[in-house]
Amino acid sequence: MIFDIDKETMPREELEALQLKRLKQLCERVYANVPFYTKKFKELGITPDDINSLSDLQKLPFTEKQDLRNHYPFGLFAVSRENIVRIHSSSGTTGKATVVGYTKRDIANWAGLMARAFAMAGATPEDIIHNAYGYGLFTGGLGVHYGAEALGATIIPISGGGTRRQIMLLKDFGATAICCTPSYALYLYETGKEMGIDFRELPLKVGIFGAEPWTESMRREIEDKLNIKALDIYGLSEIMGPGVAMECAEAQDGLHIMEDHFIPEIINPDTGELAKPGEVGELVVTTLTKEGIPLIRYRTRDLTKITYTPCRCGRTLARMQRVKGRSDDMLIIRGVNVFPSQIESILIETEGLSPHYLLEIHRDGNLDILTIKVEVAGTAFSDEIKNLQSLERKIQRNIKEFLGVTARIKLVEPNSIERSTGKAKRIVDLRNENQ
Amino acid sequence: MKCDQLSIFLENRAGRLAEVTRLLSEAKVNIRALSLADTSDFGILRLIVSDFDKAQKTLKDAGFTVGKTTVVAVVVDDHPGGLHSLLEMLRNASINVEYMYAFVQQSGNNAVIIFRFDRTDQAIELLAENNIQMIPSEELSKL
Repeated sequence: MIFDIDKETMPREELEALQLKRLKQLCERVYANVPFYTKKFKELGITPDDINSLSDLQKLPFTEKQDLRNHYPFGLFAVSRENIVRIHSSSGTTGKATVVGYTKRDIANWAGLMARAFAMAGATPEDIIHNAYGYGLFTGGLGVHYGAEALGATIIPISGGGTRRQIMLLKDFGATAICCTPSYALYLYETGKEMGIDFRELPLKVGIFGAEPWTESMRREIEDKLNIKALDIYGLSEIMGPGVAMECAEAQDGLHIMEDHFIPEIINPDTGELAKPGEVGELVVTTLTKEGIPLIRYRTRDLTKITYTPCRCGRTLARMQRVKGRSDDMLIIRGVNVFPSQIESILIETEGLSPHYLLEIHRDGNLDILTIKVEVAGTAFSDEIKNLQSLERKIQRNIKEFLGVTARIKLVEPNSIERSTGKAKRIVDLRNENQ
Repeated sequence: MKCDQLSIFLENRAGRLAEVTRLLSEAKVNIRALSLADTSDFGILRLIVSDFDKAQKTLKDAGFTVGKTTVVAVVVDDHPGGLHSLLEMLRNASINVEYMYAFVQQSGNNAVIIFRFDRTDQAIELLAENNIQMIPSEELSKL
């Protein structure tokens, strides 16, 4: 089912006309109401009147996460505070938190987009949706919640944590869809197994997973273990929350970007120039309809590529490839670019290994040392040292072969790597500790 | 003549071994023999216990990675050359010893050696043909 057939299947010409109309309105709004943008426009010697085609977008300035931090908390809001009905905020783990505000219409638009996302996953009002994203300042929980209600499905607002209880309720309430991070889905499976609950026997049909980068091999593992279809959802609080883009169940081939609300661009993260069509680069998003905190050319730091060919599901919306990592999450180990997701793929494909791992980087003299801690799952264990050492060498060889990096492999006990109900922590970078 | 040995994966961290012995002690499982093989990062603890199933379940429930390995307990005369003649016999039959560890029986003249062979069935056959005494599983757990 396509939730909003007019918008989701709009011919590209019509869609671009709508985008241009909304872009011009956006520029007028921010120029008049957000001093930060008034100043930026003036510095660049442009006014909203200079925006007459979609390619004029490139005349506009970028907005960075740091800009939101510099205007903490409400400095970038485009409406007066009494028109803001809800505030969300990032956790602030990598610096000062970023704060976003939503008007009533923003919340309604967001719910509509999340309802589209659920429909893309094949969900209908008949479905029971188990929502294990955290409720609170994090956008995941409430974003999913309002979207499920807009669709008319039954939502179980369980939020994060209390894993054993989650499994009990999944079983008792008979949820047919689940929303959480992909790593939490596997954690639920493991815990279920300990409790003697076989996920294959639950009525669960589909999982909508996001909030952290994952890989195709992790998708296959989740689909196999939980006997569901696993779909990728994308969003970020600065832009709106979950539902900026969503993969459809029909094709599972890229995430449909809600282009009537957002204009995506792909740039070279180093130069800021537009990437060539189909090239991987940093996703930049302009919000067309947001009232509370509209953003122009927001640099997401997420790396992906975009295709504009229509999907076989019938939607004409552009599709972005699953995010392969963040430009600021990329590790540079002895000059080689390494993404945690690449290491994850190699581990999952190496026989019997658990997808729980931790990358530790420290510096020995001038040399970066990458240590990969990997949990030894049941089938990979042997009572002979030589077999475990050969497993270590096999992982090391695969990492060297595929990534060109020599890593130290450290086998650790099951469950010794911290499980998270939110974004999994994969990297401990100690390189700047002693400087 | 096959005996069950419990193998446990341990990280080289303070207290991990004590955690195993605490769990077994609380479960009232007695350790008959043990050997610890280690590298700089991890170790494998190998145990012969009084109650294999109970020990395995206790450790599994506590989150340890445990495995079951088939070993053979051989009685060797406790005098010079006792072990050597046994190893010669195995060598002549091209049976490889993956690892072994020994304990001396209380008030006995014999040592018991736990062997892990690459070809367990052939090894048992060979030892039986040569009238070498092996200890059956039930007996070993009661020693």
